[in-house]
Amino acid sequence: MSRTIDDVVSPTQTNTIPADISGQMLDLDEDDDFEVFSKDSTLADGSMFNASMQTSPGSMVNQCKFEEDEDGDSKDIFITVDNPESHVTAIETFITYRVLTKTTRSEFDNSEYEVRRRYQDFHWLKGKLEEAHSTLIVHPLPEKFVVKGMVERFNGDFIETRRKALHKFLNRIADHPILSCSEDFKVFLSAQAWELTTYKKQGPGFLSRMGETVRAVANSVRGVKNRPEEFTAIQEYVEDFSNKISSLDKVTQRIVKEQKEYLEELKEYGPTYTLWSGSEEELAEQLKGVAGCIERCCQETEEQVGHLSDTLVPVLHEYVLCAETLKAVLRRRDNIQAEFEAKNEALATKKVDRDALKVEIDKLEDRVEWANNALKGDWVRWQRSMRGDLKSAFLSTAEKNVDYYEKCLAVWETFLLSQRTEPSEETDRDNTS
Amino acid sequence: MSYQMPQPKSLPGKSYFILFTLRYLLRKMEISVGEAEKRTGKNSVNMQEIYTVYLIETRPVDAVTEGLIPAPDSLWRRYSEFELLRNYLLVTYPFVVVAPLPEKRAEIVWHKLSADNMDPDFVERRRVGLENFLLRLASHPVLCNDKIFYIFLTEADSRLKAMNAAFRVKNPDKRFTELKHYSDELQTVVSQLLRVQARVADRLYGVYKVHGNYGRVFSEWSAIEKEMGDGLQSAGHHMDAYAASVDDILEEEEHYADQLKEYLFYTEALRAVCRKHELTQFELEMAAQDLTSKKQQKEELVTGTVRTFSLKGMTSKLFGQETAEQREAKLQVLEQQIEEGEEAVKEKNTESNEFVKTAWVDIERFKDQKDRDLKEALISYAIMQISRCKKGIQVWTNAKECFNKM
Repeated sequence: MSRTIDDVVSPTQTNTIPADISGQMLDLDEDDDFEVFSKDSTLADGSMFNASMQTSPGSMVNQCKFEEDEDGDSKDIFITVDNPESHVTAIETFITYRVLTKTTRSEFDNSEYEVRRRYQDFHWLKGKLEEAHSTLIVHPLPEKFVVKGMVERFNGDFIETRRKALHKFLNRIADHPILSCSEDFKVFLSAQAWELTTYKKQGPGFLSRMGETVRAVANSVRGVKNRPEEFTAIQEYVEDFSNKISSLDKVTQRIVKEQKEYLEELKEYGPTYTLWSGSEEELAEQLKGVAGCIERCCQETEEQVGHLSDTLVPVLHEYVLCAETLKAVLRRRDNIQAEFEAKNEALATKKVDRDALKVEIDKLEDRVEWANNALKGDWVRWQRSMRGDLKSAFLSTAEKNVDYYEKCLAVWETFLLSQRTEPSEETDRDNTS
Repeated sequence: MSYQMPQPKSLPGKSYFILFTLRYLLRKMEISVGEAEKRTGKNSVNMQEIYTVYLIETRPVDAVTEGLIPAPDSLWRRYSEFELLRNYLLVTYPFVVVAPLPEKRAEIVWHKLSADNMDPDFVERRRVGLENFLLRLASHPVLCNDKIFYIFLTEADSRLKAMNAAFRVKNPDKRFTELKHYSDELQTVVSQLLRVQARVADRLYGVYKVHGNYGRVFSEWSAIEKEMGDGLQSAGHHMDAYAASVDDILEEEEHYADQLKEYLFYTEALRAVCRKHELTQFELEMAAQDLTSKKQQKEELVTGTVRTFSLKGMTSKLFGQETAEQREAKLQVLEQQIEEGEEAVKEKNTESNEFVKTAWVDIERFKDQKDRDLKEALISYAIMQISRCKKGIQVWTNAKECFNKM
């Protein structure tokens, strides 16, 4: 039996108003031949919000403060992703990661969970979250496949990069006031492997997902007519941002490449001084000294390149993916509005049961308002995160570069000091001879 | 390489032809250096090395003009063998301006630096240079008749080395031998160093310049950001400054390279001094050898005993002795020659000693100058690096400030 918005938003059920009803809203035009969540988190988590909330879903979102838990004080879920392990079955080989959760939240039965998850599971979670909260901004997952081919999948660096990204992904969700309340998220963190498999099988079946896609396509073809100015502004920004961040990503990768090639040549440079010192007497010490300096600078350069690859490159790449996420969120918002507009137009033109249609339109209108508010709130939140992340990454890079040059400076200054003392010895000798 | 008809670069004028037509090796033989191949082997210090050998092909001219084209005689020689030949010619014909060899490059295998010698373009250019060298010798009126040269072209055994040894100076001053080795080593190592330094500088240029792109993108990005705009914009300026700073850095690197290059070129002058020593020593030894042989002849004449085998001696035994008058005449000539020979040896000895003394004074001077100059160069190199690091610290500290404002 399908749920309609009536079941959910009823004056007699104020205390059980769910945080997220958009998942239900999608079912409106469908028949009831799909499965229903028996453990629908959206209803269960109603306890998250206090009873003084008003009934309208739009205002509910307004109540929910996006800004409040940006500092670490109110953080009550701590997640780590580590310990990648390889699993070999008859059919395939894959990597699982350990997901360790520590939480004080009441809706979790325990305060600590340890489970193993593979990439597929993370992908599933992301899908569920986007499905349930189509206009919230979910932090991107690392990419599914490596550009260079499947062989790279089990390379140590690749696994480590992926692990860090997955760690970030879960923590971003944990930090999100709405997303962190998701039942799917809870199950992901706490269920054993077989439990998760069972859980995954529930939920809208294939047909309903197909229906959503068809509708989405239909809506996007229809196009939205009266997009509010602010969303157009956001869209334009996202377009520009996407270009800029992609450029930065490319530039940084190019720098890494050039730096690595510089390092390769530098590694051969030091030995030429050592080779020369073998033919000299007076100069031998000095030449070996220079060789030593170059060698130490090589080590520092290697470290600097590593830092760049570990710190700046992944963050820029993440935000390239973010830009795509944002574009998708904006599209989904547009679709929701487009659907409302379409029905509204139908009111004027079609000869249908106007009362029933009007009720539907009201629901859609609410849905639009809800979606817009959700997005607006999350947009502010995202911008803040973005600024924080990028500022911190660039700061770290600049600091590392300063450190790099300081270390190299010390190397050469030490050498110079050792040279400057010698001439004074020589002049002494000249004076006394 | 296909066999080509060699084109002598400079055939002398017609009058030369008339005088030396029959004696020009070139009129008798076609010479070419056709191919190059890689070989591996153990060198004198028992290290594995890779070197290139060149195919010397010769063919009698007559055969070609008669319409037959027989296969050319051929043998493989490596660069160092060409050097032996040239050194031999320098010593044997000190009045001749002997054609130079193409550039000597480092043949020591050292990590990846040997790649330069294996570079196909370089090998090809060297092949052409070596062919040109042989053609120059073959078209030289005096050198073309040299037996050792002929052997070099036609016989594959190591007789050249043996011959070379025979014509080598027997007792060179050890210091000059060491000096020659040193100048060869210096040339090799400094060449390698300069090559790698150039590549390093090139790569460094790339790193700095790419940062200029940050400048551009930050600037564009700052236009769409409200809060981060200022920070990004100013950070971008610093990135531009960073990228621009590499031009000065490279200029300084080039200046340093020039200082090293000067001593690279000095090695040629060192080698010239060593060769001069060898020459004077060689002349001394020749004079001494000549004197010894004359004295021996006199002794034989006086005592009537034949110690050394000679055709004269044999014929005397077979066909009877000379008359007493004839012997007396010969003795007088010999005594005259011995006297002259002794003078010559004394002269050469003085000359040689003078040369060694004065040359060595200057070589010591040169060594001190070299040590001082290169020490200064290395210090200035360190100062250069320090300056670059300081600039780097400044730029990135500034950039960090800007990022902080984001």
